[in-house]
Amino acid sequence: MASIIEIKGLTKVYASGFQALKGVDLTIEEGEIFALLGPNGAGKTTMISIICGIARASGGSVTVAGHDIIADYRGARTAIGLVPQELSTDQFERVIDTVTLSRGIFGKPRDDAYVEKILRDLSLWDKRNNKILELSGGMKRRVMIAKALSHEPRVLFLDEPTAGVDVELRRDMWKLIGELRQTGVTIILTTHYIEEAEEMADRVGVINRGELMLVEEKTALMKKLGKKTLSVVLTDPIETVPVELADWNVTLGADGHEIEYVFDTQAERTGVSSLLRKLGDLSIAYKDLNTKQSSLEDIFVELVHQEKAA
Amino acid sequence: MSLQNFRAIASIYKFELHRFRRTWLTGLLVPVITTTLYFVVFGGAIGSRMTQVDGIPYAAFIVPGLIMMSMLTESIFNASFGIYMPKFTGTIYELLSAPISATETVIAYVGAAATKSLIVGTIIFLTAHLFVDIHVAHPFAMAGFMLLIAISFCLFGFILGIWAQGFEQLQVIPLLVVTPLTFLGGAFYSVHMLADPWRTMTLFNPIVYLISGFRWTFFGRGDVGIEYSLLFVAAMLAVCLTIIGWMFRTGYRLKK
Repeated sequence: MASIIEIKGLTKVYASGFQALKGVDLTIEEGEIFALLGPNGAGKTTMISIICGIARASGGSVTVAGHDIIADYRGARTAIGLVPQELSTDQFERVIDTVTLSRGIFGKPRDDAYVEKILRDLSLWDKRNNKILELSGGMKRRVMIAKALSHEPRVLFLDEPTAGVDVELRRDMWKLIGELRQTGVTIILTTHYIEEAEEMADRVGVINRGELMLVEEKTALMKKLGKKTLSVVLTDPIETVPVELADWNVTLGADGHEIEYVFDTQAERTGVSSLLRKLGDLSIAYKDLNTKQSSLEDIFVELVHQEKAA
Repeated sequence: MSLQNFRAIASIYKFELHRFRRTWLTGLLVPVITTTLYFVVFGGAIGSRMTQVDGIPYAAFIVPGLIMMSMLTESIFNASFGIYMPKFTGTIYELLSAPISATETVIAYVGAAATKSLIVGTIIFLTAHLFVDIHVAHPFAMAGFMLLIAISFCLFGFILGIWAQGFEQLQVIPLLVVTPLTFLGGAFYSVHMLADPWRTMTLFNPIVYLISGFRWTFFGRGDVGIEYSLLFVAAMLAVCLTIIGWMFRTGYRLKK
């Protein structure tokens, strides 16, 4: 895959002296869904704002589709569609008018058929003649996506697309993003919902306090940092963990009905088979086994903690 | 100066005029009613007791001042509101992230605001015809002068809209500075009617030069020479363009 965005040494210091970005390097591949994950105030929005031309970088460089965002801002911005976090719309205007305006501002010739297609894809066609203030929050978010897609961008930025959106709408949005991806557009989304990154992203970048802590394929990240928990459901409950199991550092759960063992999936010896053998030797009978993968949330919490400890 | 995204200019210009069209009834009625009121009060009630001013019937004499007064207010209001609203609602993100240069942005917004204030000026001019016979000495100069005034005050309003951080700031300059200066700038009287030191002091009021110049296009004479009026408009254009250039270069109150 060819890269579509190249970020090198990007820094941002606000007038207040606050350092929002501390030298970020990142390459985004064309056609992927990249999730930028981080707590509030981590620098996610600042980074997007700089790439899109809303904020100025203090240092470093960014190219989008080969165009420098400063020297060739027209080329770079033509390739980008932006859906900001805040619901900012021309409340008194009709849906179709604002979408048509967006296309014009980005220098594209009028194309009613294309605008219709976008509005239909986003289930907005029936509402095209409504004033935006008459729409629900979820629909307004769709209008903003329609505006961002109106000029056929190659990259779509979604800044917290599901912030403050109910569960059903969030599922809707995920489905929508999945469909957008089919059209070949590269999607970069920020979120602090781990679930969201886990559900959709191909790659995940974790940003905290202006630093990109890691960038990984989502599945690789899960594997690399993923711990699994093995639960052994016992036939008869036990009161204490036998000393013979001290090497595995197991804990007792479910009132003595379960033994839980946390292991690293990447380790050469996970210790699972030896544990089971040992249970056999000790004549501890079991009737079921479960393993559970840790979620991105666990991984993320761990990463942030590691950094705090360092 | 970077000019190439003409579609963006056309789109914003159309969109802004569309915004005005939505309120066309008040937009058109207000200047007509205001002008009528001024004619009833100044032209009819007071003017009937006055002789001529500078050899011109009083009712006719006030016409350029009236047009100028409305156009200044309209220009500042429309242009400042046009750019302030996207800042206020947050929709400015789209403008900042679009492949559009500062020059193109200014042409689109200022062009739309100036168009509206030219329409208002024309309506007042036509309404005035209902009340008084006006013979315009230099019609082309009059149209040109109106255009220059509309553009320069819309530029001024645009600066105000970028500077303003609240609705109060948006109102304070037009209400506390421009309107008083217009009243004191000879909209309803000739500067020659004042005694010194007021007369000399009045010459420091920039609006005097605008009204005087506009009056010259109507009657062939004004309080000061037409060259001074043109010089003033040119200076104002230059200052406004310089400030706007600086605002976009530094991202003043536009970009973080």
